[in-house]
Amino acid sequence: MIITEQKSEEALFAFLGKARKIVLLGCSECATFCKTGGAEQLLEFEKKLGPLGVEVLARLVLEPACNAYRVRLALQKGGKGIGEILARAEAVLCFSCGDGVQTVARLTGQLEYACQIPVYPGNDTLFLGEIVRADDYVEACRACGNCELGWTGGICPTTQCAKGLLNGPCGGSKGRMCEVNGDEECAWLRIYDRLEILDQLDNLLEIRPPRDYMKDVHPRRHSARGQEAGT
Amino acid sequence: MSMLREVLRINRFAVTAEFAPPKGTDMDHMRVCVRLAKGRIHAANVTDFQSAVMRISSLTACKVVMDEGVEPVIQITGRDRNRIAIQGELLSAGVLGIKNLLAVTGDHPRMGDHPNAKPVYDLDSVGILQAATTFMSGTDLEGNNLNGRIEFFLGGAVSPTRETMMPQILKMRKKIAAGAKFFQTQAVFDLDLLREFRSRTATLDASVLAGIVLLKSANMARFMNRNIPGVSIPDAVVGRLDRFTGREQMNEGIRLAGELIRTVRSEGLADGIHIMAVGAEERVGQILDEAGL
Repeated sequence: MIITEQKSEEALFAFLGKARKIVLLGCSECATFCKTGGAEQLLEFEKKLGPLGVEVLARLVLEPACNAYRVRLALQKGGKGIGEILARAEAVLCFSCGDGVQTVARLTGQLEYACQIPVYPGNDTLFLGEIVRADDYVEACRACGNCELGWTGGICPTTQCAKGLLNGPCGGSKGRMCEVNGDEECAWLRIYDRLEILDQLDNLLEIRPPRDYMKDVHPRRHSARGQEAGT
Repeated sequence: MSMLREVLRINRFAVTAEFAPPKGTDMDHMRVCVRLAKGRIHAANVTDFQSAVMRISSLTACKVVMDEGVEPVIQITGRDRNRIAIQGELLSAGVLGIKNLLAVTGDHPRMGDHPNAKPVYDLDSVGILQAATTFMSGTDLEGNNLNGRIEFFLGGAVSPTRETMMPQILKMRKKIAAGAKFFQTQAVFDLDLLREFRSRTATLDASVLAGIVLLKSANMARFMNRNIPGVSIPDAVVGRLDRFTGREQMNEGIRLAGELIRTVRSEGLADGIHIMAVGAEERVGQILDEAGL
């Protein structure tokens, strides 16, 4: 899941500037789970805008904000789209992850009636994470494009080691704790212990080559179109 | 030819000392410290942006060390440079005639004086050693030919603690496979730990220099216990320093370091020592006096 955090009210009000008629967008997936861009959060934010004299023309939770096709339908004039209302807005505030904001910004930019409306991010996108318990998230995968979990006992050195080392611990642990994140156990000590239990310590004897950053040239793109099943 | 390599080859007790390049362009103090140690040490080990603090680079400070007639060990960390810059730095070291290279991961930028800097770690310590090894066979990491010959005596760091002994030794073996011939340890205070490390690494084909840190005061010892990874100074040692005040604490620290070195040497717990006088490099000679070296 993509973990997000709402920007400060100060920052959001600053984005709006002199805009007095705005549209609030949210996202039905990650941002709803994170309580940063669900229906409730949009309503709460609208309440804060009243005293400032800002009118919310529409609140809409996109389903989801990262699906270009569905966002296009949601923003169109006619059908179930909010195009007619959007056309009167002076700004859009989008409470999704950074992907959703860009999807909305790009698509409004293509609409004749909305291309002059700025789209602002309501959230900061933090990381790709796992839900530990309600409202508590931890990063586990950096989406590096070269999954190393097969030889590390299921613990990701790229993400869990503050230095992203691939050949073992750095010597910077204090006791068993990481020198960088004092609350975290050294990932490499955890990997060592796990592989010992799995009887796979030999995995650690092999020198791992420097990471291949060819898959890390941004923006990345992946298309599975045209791939036949089983190939 | 590296004198450090030669000393270790003939099984003489090797002595290196660490010198941190200054923050600023005034090299006078470092020159004085190197001059004072000249003739007493086999090589001067020059740190690479030690503790992630921005300062003069190891390469330039190594040149200054050489100008003073002392053999340098250039340290290179993976923290600040990608593989292009690291390899370029190795070539530059070759041009200056630097024969010894110590590859380390490097403290995280968060620990230093530019905590917002981007951590690189494109190559880890093993990768830096591999780069240097491929250089010696005439190519870079991508297999491209290099003109001119280059020769390094390669080393690495090892930080054996009770909690990390086996993973550290495993990584040490990788470093040896990547070309490391000598290791310097994190500061040693716990001799039993060093004894255990020595027996567990007896069959490995590499020399070990025991890290000796000069404790300048009891407060420094306490600070290191709290803040320096891999360092654990026994209460008895801190207590010894506490019995003294002011400059006498430093003198007791020098005696402590001297005693440690004598034990390391007499018991054969290492093939040499690496003195880290952290900010009191002018005292290296006094430590060696105490150690009878």
